[in-house]
Amino acid sequence: MYPRPIPEDARVQRALYLGGVALVVILWLLPLLAVMLTSIRSNEELMAGNYWGWPQKFSLIENYKAVFEQTAMLRFFLNSLLITIPSVIGVLILSTLTGFVLSRYPFCGSNLIFALFVGGNFLPAQIMMIPVRDLMVRLGLYDTVYALIIFHIAFQTGFATLFMRNFIAALPGELFQAARAEGASPFQTLRHVVLPLVRPALAALAILTFTFVWNDYFWAIVLTQSDAVKPVTAGLNNLRGEWTSAWNIVSAATIFVALPPVVMFFMMQKHFVAGLTMGAVKG
Amino acid sequence: MSRLWRRNRHWVTPALFLLPGLILFGTVILAASIETVWISLHDWDGIGAKAWVGLANYVELVDDPQFYVSLKNNVIWLLIFMLAPPIGLALALIVNQRIRGMRFLKSLFFVPLVLATVTVGVVFGWVYDPNFGLLQLVFSAFGATAPALLSDETFVTFAVAAAALWPQIAFCMILFLAGLNSLNDDLIAAGRVDGARGWRMLRHVVLPQLSQVGFIAIAVTVIGALRSFDMIAVMTSGGPYGSSTVLAYQMYQESIFSYRFGYGAAIATVLFVIMIVFIAWYLNGLIKAERSNV
Repeated sequence: MYPRPIPEDARVQRALYLGGVALVVILWLLPLLAVMLTSIRSNEELMAGNYWGWPQKFSLIENYKAVFEQTAMLRFFLNSLLITIPSVIGVLILSTLTGFVLSRYPFCGSNLIFALFVGGNFLPAQIMMIPVRDLMVRLGLYDTVYALIIFHIAFQTGFATLFMRNFIAALPGELFQAARAEGASPFQTLRHVVLPLVRPALAALAILTFTFVWNDYFWAIVLTQSDAVKPVTAGLNNLRGEWTSAWNIVSAATIFVALPPVVMFFMMQKHFVAGLTMGAVKG
Repeated sequence: MSRLWRRNRHWVTPALFLLPGLILFGTVILAASIETVWISLHDWDGIGAKAWVGLANYVELVDDPQFYVSLKNNVIWLLIFMLAPPIGLALALIVNQRIRGMRFLKSLFFVPLVLATVTVGVVFGWVYDPNFGLLQLVFSAFGATAPALLSDETFVTFAVAAAALWPQIAFCMILFLAGLNSLNDDLIAAGRVDGARGWRMLRHVVLPQLSQVGFIAIAVTVIGALRSFDMIAVMTSGGPYGSSTVLAYQMYQESIFSYRFGYGAAIATVLFVIMIVFIAWYLNGLIKAERSNV
């Protein structure tokens, strides 16, 4: 272990250490804590200039109610779910298939195809913006959730293929030899050997893809226009323009947008961290 | 028929498995990226017919003062982002203890990483507000007035990039924590026996073992810096007076707001070339690392 672990019997040291780290965490998250505090402050207090003092009155429920009732955030939230969930499912299916083939069926050019998936994944979004937008316009999908779903599935498949290919390649080879010896078809191998074993990888991939797609802003503003299809990220930025002085409402909406990925992260923290490190380190 | 199928299924099924992902990725991502280069040789408003103009867009770009502003800002982003790996390493060293409660505290450090960049932008817009922001609070504690960073042409890019550093540091921290957990305990113990402590231990025993993770952290950070778009769109819209644009943002502006898709595509192509150099460097490093592991 490095740095040297603080010994278990050094109670005082441990307590001091924990206290110190907790202080650093508070400083680290201070901007976010400030927004959380503002989201429960009343409008009158903000008008009176009480931005940082302890709130005299807690308006948690009023502010969040205002977000739901007076803004379109709930609609945006629903749109985000309609975009994100199908995208995640699509990515999981496609990348399990591509990862399986690229790891277990070497053929001439398979390495090149793999390199294309990996390299394409690092391209900045702006490089494909104009043709993708044009493609969606011509397909009649511009300003629908399908445009975003198709794009996100395509783009995330790059990273996900890398991820699944490395995971399946690391599974014990004997399993696949045994399957072949028994005369199992590729489909049967996929169904009875691969699928039961890749569940942890799929969990990690699902949480990562969910976060990436949910948090996307660029494609949301490039491929959608109307409130009826806009996801929360684009919605939040619009809201900020419309409610310039109502910082408590904007803050409440901000927390509302941040909630799903943060909750997902805390629920599946182990998978998230393992996935991110594996994706970057092994990639 | 079924005999033909049986004889060929060992390659037909895998090919069918591979095709959907490959076709989708190939057309939507790869072909589109290349098509951008083609569009950059045209004058196009995004709706009508494309008119071939050869390299005229690039010639115009070389004389466009805004292009140099964007380029300069991309460099500033890159330099500021280079702070993320060392700070991430420092934080990782601070929290790498196995004590009850540390798991939760560690995960709190990762929170900025799961926030949308829009969220980070809104949060820092609030931090930088000269009337009531966090920064103003710090300045007034010293009896000074906070500068209006986001409306100052000199400081705006630094301020936006510094805000974007927040999640990037968290990312580097996760990578270095994984690196610290796979250190060779024998080497550390041997270092301790030899009396290596503090800085010398870190420099000569620990850092060499983190070189691969460090490389990845730097590469991911470089690519992240070049990709920057969301924060600028949310915090400044490229302003004041276009002083905080980067190539990615200028490209978006030229295409979506000015309907100059050919010109936008030319800017994207320049960004593409810069990125390809870094991506090639990164992939090359990874392949080398993978070979040395085997």
